[in-house]
Amino acid sequence: MNTNKFLSMIAIAGLVLTSCSSDDDSTVVNPEEVITTMTVNLVSDSDTVTLSFFDEDGADGPTAPVPTVSGSLSANTTYNGSITILNETEDPIEDITEEVRDEADEHQFFFISENVGITTAYTDRECDYDDEAGCDNGNTNPVGLTFTLSTSDTTGDGTLRFVLRHEPNKEAEGVAEGNIANAGGDADIDYTFNISVQ
Amino acid sequence: MKRNALYIVFLLVVNHVFTQDCDKTLSGRVIDFHDGVPLEGAAITFNSTTIKTNSNGMYKISGLCATSYAFTISHEDCNSQVVTIDINEVSKKDFYLEHHLNELQEITITGENVNKTISAQEETINESIIEKYSSASLGDALKEITGVSSLNTGSTIVKPIIQGLSGSRVLISNNGVRMQDMEWGDEHAPNIDINSAGKVTVIKGASALKYGGDAIGGVILVEPSKVPVKDTLFGKTIVTGASNGRGGTISSELMKGYKNGLFFKAQGTLKRFGDLEAPDYILSNTGISEKGVSLALGVNHFSSGWDINYSFFDSKIGVLEASHIGNLDDLRNAINSGQPDIIRDFTYDIENPRQEVTHHLAKVKYFKRFEKLGKLTTQYDFQHNQRFEFDLRRTEERSKIPSIDLELSTHTITSDFFFDANGTYNLSTGIMARYQNNFADPSTGVRRLIPDYDKYDLGAFFTGELFLNESLTLDAGVRYDFNHIDAQKFYFISRWELRGYDEDFSDIVVDRDVGGSQLKTNPTFDYHNISATAGVQYIFRNNYKFRFNYALAQRAPNPSELFSDGLHHSAARIELGDLRIKQELSHKISMSLQRDNNLWNWEIAPYVNFINDYILIEPITTELTIRGAFPVWEYRQTNARLLGVDTKLQTNLHTNWQTDHRFSIVKGIETKNDIPLINMPPANFVNKITFSQQRWNFFYVSLESQYFFRQNEFPPNIEVFSPDAGEEVELAINTPPEAYHLLNLDSGVEFSVNETSKLNIGFSIQNIANTNYRNYLNRQRYFADDLGRNFLLRISINY
Repeated sequence: MNTNKFLSMIAIAGLVLTSCSSDDDSTVVNPEEVITTMTVNLVSDSDTVTLSFFDEDGADGPTAPVPTVSGSLSANTTYNGSITILNETEDPIEDITEEVRDEADEHQFFFISENVGITTAYTDRECDYDDEAGCDNGNTNPVGLTFTLSTSDTTGDGTLRFVLRHEPNKEAEGVAEGNIANAGGDADIDYTFNISVQ
Repeated sequence: MKRNALYIVFLLVVNHVFTQDCDKTLSGRVIDFHDGVPLEGAAITFNSTTIKTNSNGMYKISGLCATSYAFTISHEDCNSQVVTIDINEVSKKDFYLEHHLNELQEITITGENVNKTISAQEETINESIIEKYSSASLGDALKEITGVSSLNTGSTIVKPIIQGLSGSRVLISNNGVRMQDMEWGDEHAPNIDINSAGKVTVIKGASALKYGGDAIGGVILVEPSKVPVKDTLFGKTIVTGASNGRGGTISSELMKGYKNGLFFKAQGTLKRFGDLEAPDYILSNTGISEKGVSLALGVNHFSSGWDINYSFFDSKIGVLEASHIGNLDDLRNAINSGQPDIIRDFTYDIENPRQEVTHHLAKVKYFKRFEKLGKLTTQYDFQHNQRFEFDLRRTEERSKIPSIDLELSTHTITSDFFFDANGTYNLSTGIMARYQNNFADPSTGVRRLIPDYDKYDLGAFFTGELFLNESLTLDAGVRYDFNHIDAQKFYFISRWELRGYDEDFSDIVVDRDVGGSQLKTNPTFDYHNISATAGVQYIFRNNYKFRFNYALAQRAPNPSELFSDGLHHSAARIELGDLRIKQELSHKISMSLQRDNNLWNWEIAPYVNFINDYILIEPITTELTIRGAFPVWEYRQTNARLLGVDTKLQTNLHTNWQTDHRFSIVKGIETKNDIPLINMPPANFVNKITFSQQRWNFFYVSLESQYFFRQNEFPPNIEVFSPDAGEEVELAINTPPEAYHLLNLDSGVEFSVNETSKLNIGFSIQNIANTNYRNYLNRQRYFADDLGRNFLLRISINY
């Protein structure tokens, strides 16, 4: 019989197995593209309203984002809006607004509101964030990091949804005017706040 | 056990100049090398004289001169041997013949295939079918086999499904090496160049215990063509061009054999396609680029031999850009719109999302035959699989960094002994030891979907075949496998607690605060798996063959089933494994009745597979994130039953006309509540008519109709909250597409260029009617139609 052969095979196998085992320590990956926080400041002549969410574990983790709405909006008022997005899992905190500005041509915010007569308009263009080229050579598509939000005389409860699309088709019909329907791309942010207009 | 005998007749010119008296004699016996049985009727030929052995295997040659003679010893079912003997010195000589076809010495695979198992359902595709799929994939070619379908991601990533089961339940052995290429992922295709195969056999079940015990679905054996033991040099080149994708494949193979057993072999393939096309639009970013190389070197003697093999496979595959979606509303829009939202002009460029996978395989094998005992085979193999998946990330810079970067290295040693000395039975026993390491590169900046791990496997098997009489054969076997997995896995603390792991698995936490709200764990699991099989083959009334097989198999969960946790970006879904998942246990009963009488050949093969703790992943709910809602796909276990039948019929009622018919159906349900299992192949019915005329340069033309029924049995859809709709809506994520019918044409001719060279030209049209269809088992069915019409031209030269 070939018992010896088998035994020697097992011995070799054992040798290979033990010599191969690596004790490399696995290091944690803190996801780089996480957005934990978005803050929308709405400033009018008379008051300031802040809408924000905080998602401690990002899109990957199961914890649902926590919204904060500082107060209600006033009817018949125009607000100047500005958006900041952060990754607070990094130390120091990473300002993702920076990234959106750097690749303004590949990003666009959309604002969708229901029930409370809100209209919005973009107040920035891609070229505003491009110091070298400036605005003489086109690149005038909107980004939406700044915008105006106007309320009408409608009051009551409603929703205000913020969508940040990555690689949208800004040339498609209505997209530059803020209509999401033909935008395509995919969502880096898609979040809906419950608001009220008084 | 009638096999195609192989006669190699060597005419050796022996020096006839002699002066001695020619009164010498030579006597002895011709004996079977394996079992020492004397061979009756063996022929000993010299100088155009032939002498046959008597019933005791004895021979006596008289009137020989005192010089050297070359004797050719041959016997039916044996390989011939040429022995030169100096009659001056030798008067008694026993010759040993190998009374079985040595698999390494097969020259061509013609006629009846040699079965891999006695009692299991199995089928082989040969070189001519493989050539037809030269520009496609292994998974496409295997669909020629009844009961084999595929799980696709687009049309270039094709995973075989055997009788309803795929992924880790299907074991793929490539040239004797069990593929370790991350088969756990739905979008991970086997890393095999189909052009490197000489034949491919599918065993539908876990009955081939030699290869592994956990193949609940089945075993796919990919075997290269063999180099014969003789002085020879031959090769083959195939060039294929296709209109759909505007690309093609070139594959070349060269073999050199020597009479002394030495052989070399080299094979290489290049494949390049641009964007594929559906009937109405371009499927943007579905190009593919593939390279394959395989090299072999070895010595194959009568009683021993060795060989070294190396193969390399590299693929770069574009993933339909429209299938990259952001969140649930995007998915809903895609399902509702029926059109991909990104359609661009044709290009050969392969952009993100894409996969880049390389696979290296190296093997050293040694065998030795022991007289009157059997054959020992020992093998070491090493595999290295590197997978990159590039995704559309938030910035261009980041998109250059892969989102998935996994490196899987595997070392395996196997050794087995095949006892075939006794003519009425043979036994086989062997052991296996394997070490595997997975390294997930943290520099991706994306949390690992599959963690770093070390895995150790040990296995041992014992199988036997008993030939009771001419018509009755039994086989049985048992196998034990041990798996040990040692992983280093990070969890979000929130997920950890939500899954209840903090209560059940608190002892595996090694660091409670590694930053980023995560903790580090060290899960280690041991699995003991038993597999067993038993069956019978009964041949009656000459051309009827009945096979019955029972197979018991256990499969340990794969790393994906255990450890997945988080957002799978390329699939836009949250996938959750479960540390609590146990082994699956399958009981499969299969039988087949087959009749071959040339005019009417048919086979009917029913089976039932009871799987306890069947592991499946399906959508269960959605999770709200700041990127919108994502469907959550969770692994769970349930008891399942798969019941199916594969049938085929071939008629040869006229010399020039042949028809082929195949039908297969499988029904998979959860036994507890009768809910259908997800991703079960729909019934399909294939009919083909072929006209062939040998006199017209072996011309043939065939028309094939493939009808795929709608899968009417599927698990319920899920209700989700849609921000777009502002309410709960049904997400038709499980609803199968409609039934469809495809027509394909294939034709070919063969020309003799010279005595040794042949030229084959083939022309095919796939989806002649340019039918719009979607396939339930294509993960991209939500986003786009399947392939439109395709013209293929194929030229192959054998030399």
